[in-house]
Amino acid sequence: MFDSCADPKSLEGLAWALCYLTTGKHLLFYGSFFVVLALMLIVAPIALAFGFGGAIAARSPILPLRLFGKAYTAMVRGIPDIVFFLFVPVAMDQGLEYLRYLYKCPHDGTPVWANNEFAVCAAAKLPLSTAPQIWHEVYGFFLAVIAFSVVFGAFAANVLYGAMNAVPRAQLETAEAYGMTTAQVRRRILIPQMWTYALPGLSNLWMILIKATPLLFLLGVEDIVYWARELGATKSQLYDFPHGDWRVWYVLALLCYYLGMTKVSEIVLDRVTNRLSKGQATMAGEAQRKAAA
Amino acid sequence: MTDTCPQIIADYAFRSLGYGERVLPRSDFTLCHEFTLIGSGLIWNVYFGTLALLFGFFFATALALAKASSNGWLRRPAEAFIFVFRGSPLFIQFFLAYELLVQLPKAGITLGGLIIPTDWTTSAWAGAAFVLFLNTSAYSAEIFHGALMAVPKGDIEAADAYGLTGWQKFRRILWPTTLRLAWPAYTNEAIFLFHATTIVFFSGFPAYQQRGDALYYAKFFADKTFNPFIPYPITAFYFILITLTLIGLFGMINRRLNRHLPGQSRPKLRIRPQIIR
Repeated sequence: MFDSCADPKSLEGLAWALCYLTTGKHLLFYGSFFVVLALMLIVAPIALAFGFGGAIAARSPILPLRLFGKAYTAMVRGIPDIVFFLFVPVAMDQGLEYLRYLYKCPHDGTPVWANNEFAVCAAAKLPLSTAPQIWHEVYGFFLAVIAFSVVFGAFAANVLYGAMNAVPRAQLETAEAYGMTTAQVRRRILIPQMWTYALPGLSNLWMILIKATPLLFLLGVEDIVYWARELGATKSQLYDFPHGDWRVWYVLALLCYYLGMTKVSEIVLDRVTNRLSKGQATMAGEAQRKAAA
Repeated sequence: MTDTCPQIIADYAFRSLGYGERVLPRSDFTLCHEFTLIGSGLIWNVYFGTLALLFGFFFATALALAKASSNGWLRRPAEAFIFVFRGSPLFIQFFLAYELLVQLPKAGITLGGLIIPTDWTTSAWAGAAFVLFLNTSAYSAEIFHGALMAVPKGDIEAADAYGLTGWQKFRRILWPTTLRLAWPAYTNEAIFLFHATTIVFFSGFPAYQQRGDALYYAKFFADKTFNPFIPYPITAFYFILITLTLIGLFGMINRRLNRHLPGQSRPKLRIRPQIIR
């Protein structure tokens, strides 16, 4: 990156460290932190939407819809999340390729799943094998986002379902007494009022989401864990910057990164909780009222 | 080579521990193969979960008491320990522990003429179990600490009035009430601890001679057959069984802890997914 780094073997001390930490691969490593952040920021609203849908479905008066909602919220209770992380991307990938197969491939009667293969013609591959590398990475990231959203959507559905049930019945009855329809009650009272009850659960979920991001590594995305292992591994004299096994230090840096994220999130979420408890008929709201009076 | 199902079970039921057929099946994967091998891997999940839970329970109690202590020399280390293990991903903890253990001298540590071998620490049965033990201790300690803080003031005053102090007060009053209050949350912790055992073999710890856990074999089948729709649901099925067993066991303990309360006021176990790592 710097001109002085042209001959790394002659460098020593601070100059060496500066050059070492700004190699192309290290810049990719720093970039992967943003990949992780991007994943969290993209997944959070999608998962919230999934959770919202799940919670509304679980309260629906229509039986099939209610069963679907209940099954969706129940699935994460009994099954390890990592099973979904491994299953959803592969299943999505095969599902999409199968759909493309149906109208892009010539049908000569050969089955798609046969001989321990999943074989579709080249035109149905996703992304096409001729596509530039960046699309392969974007597609991998997209599958990861779907997998995370499905799992965290189910968690969020649990939380929101509980929160909707926690809204005091009297508030809803008052709205009904004013002549509001069910949809109006839901939109004007239930949903605005449920957030204070949902927030402890949702902030917990955000913490879990932070801590689930290293699993990106399992999905083949070049995330921070990938780069930490790659950069930390022993480098022989063939490399510009030979060093021993430094993986411990890289992983330690990741640990500090996650601890920092947790701490910052805790502080921000505490503030949001305070803001949302204002004027609520809860312990927190009551404590605020007394403190102000 | 189409074996009958009893034959497959005989060959592979304890494959994850290194008994039976050495080579994993290469072709003609049947449902029986998948059920047997994934079930065989489940032994490891149960091993990790049970061990970590058992030892973690006692360490967590100690940590919770330390965190509640007014002595800063006890409180601060406990708080730091809990923050580090709850604030960072288990996945990273596994990686870090493995890399640290690899750094130990291969030949063993010489301590006063005695050579302590170190190579066993990097294997999953020891290293990963130890990390899981520390991790669940931190999560459980936070739960126990919360419950300890929620012990009714009247209970403590009553204990004082009876002249109970120190160990007796803890053993007879504080501890039973803490456990009673913490039990629903602790049940959750146990369930998600068992779920967390599935990442052991994906996080640095190698599966020696392909002896892995349930998910390790599920991924093996998914990779070999390009069909994720059979092995993962089988794994899911096994884990639902584990979850139901845990709920049953912990429910029994819950009933015992609350046996002095009238029926209506006994807390029910409700499973809430709040503590995955």
